[in-house]
Amino acid sequence: MSYISKPKVGKLALRKNELGLTTRDYEGGMSTLCAGCGHDSVTAALIQAYFEMSIEPHRIAKVSGIGCSSKTPAYFLGSAHGLNSVHGRMPSVVTGANAANRGLYFVGVSGDGDSLSIGMGQFAHALRRNLNMVYLIENNGVYGLTKGQFSASADVGSKAKKGEVNEQTPIDPALAALAMGGSFIARSFSGDKEQLVPLIKAGIAHNGFALIDVLSPCVTFNDHEASTKSYLHTRRHYHPAIHADFIPPAAQIRAAYDEGEAMPVQMHDGSGIVLRKIAPDYDPTSRSAAFSFLQERQQKGEIVTGLLYLNEKQRTMHDLAGSVDEPLAGLQYSELCPGADKLPGILRRYG
Amino acid sequence: MSSQTGTPGINDFVIKIANVNGTGSASANGMLMKAIFRMGIPVSGKNFFPSNIQGLPTWYEIRLSRDGYVNRSGRVDIMLAMNAQTYAQDLAEVNAGGYLIYDSTWPRDRQLRRDDVKVMGMPFARMCNDTFDNVRTRILMKNVAYVGALAALLDLDLEVIRTLLSEMFAAKPKLVDANMQAIQLGFEYAKEHFDCPLNLRVEKMTRAGEQIMIDGNTAAALGCLYAGATVGCWYPITPSTSLMDAFKGFCERHRVDEESGRRKYCIVQAEDELAAIGMVIGAGWCGARAFTPTSGPGISLMSEFIGFAYFTEIPAVIFDVQRVGPSTGMPTRTQQGDIMTCAYASHGDTKHVLLFPASPEECFYMAVQAFDLAERLQTPVFVLSDLDIGMNDWMCPMLEWDDSYQPDRGKVLSADELEKMEAFYRFMDTDGDGICARSLPGVHPKGAYFVRGSGHNKFGRYTEDSEEYKEVLDRLTHKFRTAATLVPGPVIQLAGSTNLGLISVGSCDGAVQEAIDRLSDRGVLVNYLRVRAFPFGEEVHAFLDQHDHVFVVEQNRDAQLRSLLLLETSVPREKLTSILNYSGLPMDCRCIIDGVSQALETGAAA
Repeated sequence: MSYISKPKVGKLALRKNELGLTTRDYEGGMSTLCAGCGHDSVTAALIQAYFEMSIEPHRIAKVSGIGCSSKTPAYFLGSAHGLNSVHGRMPSVVTGANAANRGLYFVGVSGDGDSLSIGMGQFAHALRRNLNMVYLIENNGVYGLTKGQFSASADVGSKAKKGEVNEQTPIDPALAALAMGGSFIARSFSGDKEQLVPLIKAGIAHNGFALIDVLSPCVTFNDHEASTKSYLHTRRHYHPAIHADFIPPAAQIRAAYDEGEAMPVQMHDGSGIVLRKIAPDYDPTSRSAAFSFLQERQQKGEIVTGLLYLNEKQRTMHDLAGSVDEPLAGLQYSELCPGADKLPGILRRYG
Repeated sequence: MSSQTGTPGINDFVIKIANVNGTGSASANGMLMKAIFRMGIPVSGKNFFPSNIQGLPTWYEIRLSRDGYVNRSGRVDIMLAMNAQTYAQDLAEVNAGGYLIYDSTWPRDRQLRRDDVKVMGMPFARMCNDTFDNVRTRILMKNVAYVGALAALLDLDLEVIRTLLSEMFAAKPKLVDANMQAIQLGFEYAKEHFDCPLNLRVEKMTRAGEQIMIDGNTAAALGCLYAGATVGCWYPITPSTSLMDAFKGFCERHRVDEESGRRKYCIVQAEDELAAIGMVIGAGWCGARAFTPTSGPGISLMSEFIGFAYFTEIPAVIFDVQRVGPSTGMPTRTQQGDIMTCAYASHGDTKHVLLFPASPEECFYMAVQAFDLAERLQTPVFVLSDLDIGMNDWMCPMLEWDDSYQPDRGKVLSADELEKMEAFYRFMDTDGDGICARSLPGVHPKGAYFVRGSGHNKFGRYTEDSEEYKEVLDRLTHKFRTAATLVPGPVIQLAGSTNLGLISVGSCDGAVQEAIDRLSDRGVLVNYLRVRAFPFGEEVHAFLDQHDHVFVVEQNRDAQLRSLLLLETSVPREKLTSILNYSGLPMDCRCIIDGVSQALETGAAA
C-alpha cells in the first residue's frame, strides 16, 4: 500500500488549543514530496494556522487540483474533508461546494501550473466571484511532476536545470489578482513561517477570496544557481513591505503600534489584523497604489511580500446571490418544494 | 416528396409559416397555435429557426391532429409565405390541393405559381403601414394581421384570441386593443376577398382530460424545483439555455424566503462548461441537489470531470438538450447525436446512467427521477432531451405532484450513524449492491475522508496496487448492474402476434406512434419498445430475444442507439435494422413507414 500514515508518536505536554486539540490533530499523512520541498513548509504553516485558530478540523474542506502542490492536502488536516480534483479546476469545485454549504471553511491549494496555465480561467473567476476561501498558490516556477518544464510564473532570464532560458513574460498572480478585483492579496515565502502563519490566519478570517502567493522553491528542478525561484535567490531579493499580525476575536488590538506605521483592520468574524508597514510609502488599501508599488519594486528585482491588498467590505458570492444564511444543503425538503396544491397555479399560464 | 400520409380535413391539417427571424413572428405563431389548442384541438408546433438574431429565414409548422398525433406528418396544407426570399421553396413544399397565402403588398413573380395550389394574396404590410405609426409596431403587427386572416379562413374563435391577448398583455392593456385591431385587419380582408371558411378549418372539440402546452426545458426546470434542487450551474448554450432561465423564474417565485427576501437557491453562471460541471460536483459532494443544463459541445468540455465524478462517486445531474453536431453543427436544429458520448463520457472505463424523456411531461418526471438516481447511485445521471422536446411547445397532460414524495438521498450517513461507527470507510460495499455509504463534509469528524480521482482502495486511501484498484473498479461494474434495476423501464406497446419489433428513443416517439398505426392499416403489425434509460433493464433484453427483426429508429447518422444495444446486450447484429433521420428537423412518420416498408419489400426483414 502506497499510502503512508504518520505514526502517532505522542510528544509530552503538547500545547492545546481552545478545542483541547494539539497540532497532531491538524496533521495529515506523511509527505511524499522531495526532501526539502518548500511545499512541506507551507503544509506546516497551514497546520499551525488552523490549530491556532481553533477550528474543528471536520468543518474544513480542503480542495486541490493536480501537481506537486495539489498533493499536499493529504499531508495536513487528516481529519478534514478533502477533495483532490482535476488539473486546474479546484476553484469550480470549491464554488459549488461553497454554494451548497457556506458553513464550511474552504482552503484550496494550487500551484503555478495549476492556477496560472491550465486553471487561469477558473482562478480568475473564483476571484471575481469573491468566493469565501483561502487560496494558496505554492509557486515554484516549474512543473515538478512532469520533471522540470517552465511554468507561467517563470521569470524572464531564469534558467532551467538543463540550461534552457525562459524568455516569456511571467504571470504574477498578485498583480493579476489586483487587476481582476481580488479582495485579499498576499505574498509570502515558504521559508518565512513568521510571516506566512499570520497571513493564513488573516486569510481564514477574511470574508472573501484570500489569495496567498507563496514562493515555494522546488529543490529538485528549480533550486540551482541561475533560477530566480531558488531558495537563495528568494532570500536575497525578499522584501517584506507589510507585516500582518493576527488578533483573535476576543483579544483587544493593542496600542503598541505607532500611529501611521500600524493599521488595525477589523475582520468579518470579529477578529482583527494589524498591518505594520515596513515600507513607509506603502498603502495596502489602495488597489492602484499597491499595483504601482509592486511593479516598481519588481523592476528593481525585489520580491515584495506581506498582505499587499485588503478590502474587507467587498461582497462575496453569497452576498451577490442573496442566499439565505443557512447552508443550502441543509435546508429541509419541505422548504424547497412548492407542493401539489401550488402546481395548478404554476401551470395556469401554460393552459 | 416521397409517400404522403393521410388526407387533410377538418381539425386535421398542417399550417406552415415562413417568415424572417427577429420580426416578432414567434409570438404571433405561438398565439395562433394556442388559439387552436384552446378550442380543444390536439395541436403541435415546431419552430425551425436559424442561429441568428435578425434577418434570416425561419419557419413555424403547426399540425392539427384530431387523432392526437404530435409528430410532423410531412405534409404542408396551408403555407403562409411571408418571406419573399424563400417564396419559391415554400410554394414547392405545399401539398397538392393546398393553399398559399402571401403578402401582396409586393408583387410575386408570375412564374412562381402552381395550378394545384390555391394562391391567396393579402396586403398585410400595406394595411399595417396605413394603420400604425411606429415602424417597429408595423413589422410586429403584420404578423398579428396574418393570424387574423387565418382566423377568418379557418373559422377560429375571435373571443379565444382576445382572451389570449389579454393574458399576454395583462401588464399593458393598451397593447390588447392594438393587437386586436391588427387581428381585425387580417380578418376583415380575408372575409371580404375570399370564401371563408376554407374546407380545411377548425371545429371546437372536447378534449379528454386537462391539457397544458409547455416546452420540455420549462418542464424540466419545474422538475428541478420540485425535486428540491438548490444549486444550478451553467454556461449559456442553445438549446439548453431556457432550462436555467425557467428554473430562475420558478425559484424567484417559489424559493424566496418571505420574511428576509433571501434565496433558497444559488444559480451560478459559470465561465465555461468545465467550471459548470466542477461546481455541480462540488455541490453534490457537499450534499446539495445540483444540476447543469447543456448541449453536446458542453458535454465534450465536461468529459474529464464526468469521469472524476464517476470514479469518486459523487452525484450530479446533467441535462443534455441535444442539438445537431459535430462541432458547432446546426445549433438550432434537433438531433439525438450524444447517446454514445454520454453513455461512455470521459477517459478510461466509464459508463453512465442515461434517461431519455420523449416529451415535456417526461422531462418533468425524469428530472425528479434523475436526482433520486444520482443520489441513490452516487454518480452522474444524464437526462438526454433534445431541441425538439426542449424548445418546442408540446401539448401534454396536466402535470401532477404527489405530496408523499420524499427525495431519495441515498446512503448518506447522519452524524448519529457516524458517531456509532467504529470506523468509516468510504468505498466499502457492506450491502452487496455495489453502492457504499457516503458522508458529507462538516457533519461529523468520523465522516472525514479524502476524495481523489487517483487510484484508491475500498478504504478510500490512495493506491497504485493492482488488486486494490481492480476491486474498486469491479464494484463500480456491480453498481452499474444495480442501476439497471433502478432506472425507469421501457414503454412497450404490443400490436399482437408479430415477429417484427421496433425500438426507439426520446422524441422519435410521436412519429413512431403514427407510423405504427399507418403500417397496421396496411396489415403490418409491429411491436414497439421505447427505451427510457441506460443501462438497459431485463425488459429490453427480453424484447430483443422475442422478435426476429427489430427496427431501431433514431435521429443521428451513426445509429448510436443501435450501437449501444449491440454493445450492451447479446443481440446479433443482423437482427437490428436502422431507420435514421439526421436532417436536423424533427422526425416525421414517413421516414419510418418507408424504412419498414422497404425492408419488408427487399426481404431484409420478413
